[in-house]
Amino acid sequence: MPEVRLALLQKLTALVMLPLVAGHIAVMIYAVQGGLTAAEILGRTQGSLAWALFYGLFAVAVSIHAAIGLRAVLHETLALGGRALAAVTWLIFLGLLALGLRAVWAVTAA
Amino acid sequence: MSTGGVMTVAVWRGGPEGSAFQEFRVPGQKSQTVLDVVIWIQQYRDPTLSYRFACRVGMCGSCAMTVNGVPRWTCRTHVKRVAKTGRIEIAPLRSLPVIKDLAVDMDPFFEKWVAAEGRFHPQRTRDQPVRETKPQTRRRRQADAAIECINCAVCYAACDTVAASPDYLGPAALNRAWSLLNDDKDSGTEAILAAAGAKGGCHSCHAMGSCTRFCPNELDPMASIAGLKRASIAAALKRKG
Ligand code: SF4
Ligand code: SF4
Ligand code: FES
Repeated sequence: MPEVRLALLQKLTALVMLPLVAGHIAVMIYAVQGGLTAAEILGRTQGSLAWALFYGLFAVAVSIHAAIGLRAVLHETLALGGRALAAVTWLIFLGLLALGLRAVWAVTAA
Repeated sequence: MSTGGVMTVAVWRGGPEGSAFQEFRVPGQKSQTVLDVVIWIQQYRDPTLSYRFACRVGMCGSCAMTVNGVPRWTCRTHVKRVAKTGRIEIAPLRSLPVIKDLAVDMDPFFEKWVAAEGRFHPQRTRDQPVRETKPQTRRRRQADAAIECINCAVCYAACDTVAASPDYLGPAALNRAWSLLNDDKDSGTEAILAAAGAKGGCHSCHAMGSCTRFCPNELDPMASIAGLKRASIAAALKRKG
């Protein structure tokens, strides 16, 4: 994929994350009033398609965004390039995606 | 250390096969530049010292070296500005292969200008009339703001991204590409945007601004690269939509 597409993708995923992070923090501040329990959180998220989509989208955006960023770091610090760099980038993306989606599933599955 | 007195000058000697700093004692003079110091050493201490200069007035861009760790035009750097402790360390520019002593091989630098499409792409032949330019348009002002580059490679040596990734085209080449992109007389828009959006192009820049901080001509390559990034992304979006 040409660099400009990756740059574009990274900026788009940043745009997606912006409102999601704001929403996450807003709900956190709201929910923490009067104490917080695991049961309370799960009560809100379990079985909720809306929260599954909210955090699912976030997990996807983070995985793309972070993989592209780490790709630049790896290229510059370890001089990785070509196929090796592409392979590691995909691995990071898929790893983050798996971890993220598993967590989303864990708190939203009914 | 300014007038009178003697300063210690450590000069990088040798080529790719091995090198080290060699110290010289150099008499201080009034209005002395770092280039004056290098010339003095060659004339009075060691005629084999290799380095480059031509104009001595900040026009040709050939005298850039690393002075006390900072890339500078040596002809426009006064000793009193850099020799606060009475000692100066003069080394070749970073990120370019050393030929000998203070002279670096500029080929990779200029090859990247070509790779960045930082060359003029004419629209007309010599038989056609010259195209008129309006100096006040936004595009022309953007082109003019970036045009005064004298290819000295100070920004290139200052850039940590160049140092870390040899395929990065670097600030000078991309600055020229941006200038040409805004030049109505240049017909290379597509080629410039393709080069900017490719591997090692403008999207490798971290926008930390060492180029802008150190350009002795007070150009702003970082801003030029930001412009290229916008143009490149806009072009990519247009291709999709
Ligand atoms: S702003 Fe970009 S080109 Fe300039 S020094 Fe930093 S990385 Fe290099
Ligand atoms: S942009 Fe400035 S520092 Fe870079 S090559 Fe041109 S004149 Fe030198
Ligand atoms: S000798 Fe020409 S710029 Fe310094």
